Amino acid sequence: MRTLAQRRAITAWSFLTPMLVVLALVAGWPLLRTILLGFTDAGLGDFGESQFIGLANYRGLASDPYWWRAVANTLGFTLISVSIETVLGLIIALTLNTHLKARGLVRAAVLIPWAIPTVVSARMWGWMLNDLYGVVNAMLLGLGVIDRPWAWLADPTLSIASVIAVDVWKGTPFMALLSLAALQVLPREIYEAARVDGVSAVKVFFQVTLPLIRPALFVAILFRSLDALRVFDIIYVLTGDNPSTASMSVYARQQLIDFQQGGMGSAAATALFLIVAVFATIVVTAGRLRIGGVVR
Amino acid sequence: MLRAGSLIAASLALCAAFIQPAAAKVTISISCSSLGIEMELCRDGAQAWAQKTGNEVRLVSTPADAQERLALYQSLLASKSDKVDIFQIDVVWPGILANQFLDLNQFIEPAKLDGYFQTLIANNTVDGKLIAVPWFVDAGMLYYRKDLLDKYQLKAPETWAELEQAAKKVMEGEKGIQGYVFQGKAYEGLVCNALEWITSNGGGGLLDHAGQATFNNPQAAAALDRAKGWIGTIAPQGVLGYDEEQARGAFQSGKAVFMRNWPYAWALVNAPDSPVKDKVGVVPLPKGDGEHAVHTGTLGGQSLAVSKHSAHPKEAVDLILYLAGAEEEKRRAIKGSFNPSLKSVYNEPELKQDPFFSTFSTILSSVATRPAAVAGKGYNQFSSQFVRAVHATLQGQGSAADNLSGIRTSWK
Repeated sequence: MRTLAQRRAITAWSFLTPMLVVLALVAGWPLLRTILLGFTDAGLGDFGESQFIGLANYRGLASDPYWWRAVANTLGFTLISVSIETVLGLIIALTLNTHLKARGLVRAAVLIPWAIPTVVSARMWGWMLNDLYGVVNAMLLGLGVIDRPWAWLADPTLSIASVIAVDVWKGTPFMALLSLAALQVLPREIYEAARVDGVSAVKVFFQVTLPLIRPALFVAILFRSLDALRVFDIIYVLTGDNPSTASMSVYARQQLIDFQQGGMGSAAATALFLIVAVFATIVVTAGRLRIGGVVR
Repeated sequence: MLRAGSLIAASLALCAAFIQPAAAKVTISISCSSLGIEMELCRDGAQAWAQKTGNEVRLVSTPADAQERLALYQSLLASKSDKVDIFQIDVVWPGILANQFLDLNQFIEPAKLDGYFQTLIANNTVDGKLIAVPWFVDAGMLYYRKDLLDKYQLKAPETWAELEQAAKKVMEGEKGIQGYVFQGKAYEGLVCNALEWITSNGGGGLLDHAGQATFNNPQAAAALDRAKGWIGTIAPQGVLGYDEEQARGAFQSGKAVFMRNWPYAWALVNAPDSPVKDKVGVVPLPKGDGEHAVHTGTLGGQSLAVSKHSAHPKEAVDLILYLAGAEEEKRRAIKGSFNPSLKSVYNEPELKQDPFFSTFSTILSSVATRPAAVAGKGYNQFSSQFVRAVHATLQGQGSAADNLSGIRTSWK
């Protein structure tokens, strides 16, 4: 005779097993294989004939200034774009949370950039940002904001700014939607109490709204950051392999495909995985502390 | 759930509608480039063969950027896929992809190969195996606006200095026009442009037969320094992000006086809907002023290879020989300005009368070649380093001499 707890455990495992098997096959096995390939000198297309070479790929990675450039680019890109997306997304969510007419329509319109496949929107922005026949320069020149066409995607400083701007355009709706979801479940009474007490709107936002939506906002930031750390499509479509904007994923692709160095590319991919894992751990730990602080 | 179910049912029905009844004839899949009108020409040519032989052809579309096409090919070939029988490959890829293709010497009689340019046959031969049949040959050319040069009483430039002066003069007189556009993005196209600058300035090639760097000389550095001087003066800053199609976009919309591009652009800038139709001329690229300065153009071109995983190699080779045959190459030359890889086609009356093809023939006599054969599998690594050095120089980061001397020529 099994106890209730045992029976429950068996039921739980029987539900979990298919999912765990699928995960092991589609996520675990490729990850393991990539990590193993990172210790070999495999070339593209001849993974079978590779030799174990220990940490040589990682030493090569550590001594390649372009790798560190890619790490710096990716971290900078993530920090700046996710910060801007969070602030803009929150502002849009607060606006949508008021009693607008045709709120559903506006909400749908806001989501459009998020719904367009990234490659398509990046290509579209690539044309709009072209220095000679792009609409962005034509508009700015027409308004007299700039006096000569700017090279949005060629100038090293402007190109990273352009990439961030396009990512913000695309990522903000996601942040807005998640913030809005958090805002809509907030209890109305607190706001009525604040209004009765005559608390200013700014104070209400920072003392009431922000602490209450912080857990949800935090999850949204975590999702966006993990997404931004492995950014590939926007950067690759807009500026290609150009080292002044290349992210870690772009670097890994170049090693793996262009240079046909399966081992080196896998090492770069593994390093990318580790950096993302460390980042996620730090953010989750920091977030837990802060959520704990709120509860206290 | 219901929704998902009906969706699946609908897509299954859709798939079923596309599945053709099994046919006895063979279907050959061919993957062509899609730069400019290449895809259209390739489709017409392949379909003409299909009608003639009773077989079927299927076109696999590819990205316009050659580097991305190579990546796609590599992943297809690495997975040993038999989905594509014929691959259109670039002049610098034979060394990289040689192991994946059939030795065509075993399918084609040697006499049939005599008519092709022997430099191209040699380029496509790796360890004695002929891995691809040359299809068309490319070299960089200078496109210029005849109408604008006439207006300012200028003639087509012979030297880079003349090009700079002419560009400045037209830019002073016309509003909103750029002097010179080329391929300045950090990719393979920049290697082709930089090689032309260096060789035309008497700076030699890139690697010698032993794979050692030959570009560490003052004339090569001077050539790159001159190109750096164009950025922001006669060339827009944005040229550092241009590939072939973006340069053509600028030139064809009337926003540039000069353009460096491949021959494919000729048919397109003269198309009926082109704003600069009949206003464009072509000449060999200018030369520098150093010792051994020459007019030159980087050798390009594409060939057709058969995957060793192909289920129908015989029919695939037959299609290749049709596409790279005299009749089809002549059609492609007239319709798309693709220069034939068969020498005899240049003697056809239609091509002989056209100054474009005679200009191209002069360029062919002094082409500059990229060191793909000597670098072999390491070519892309060399190319990438070279691109970074040149791109940094154009962006004003470091001197040309320093950037060039930082290129390693040893790789795995």
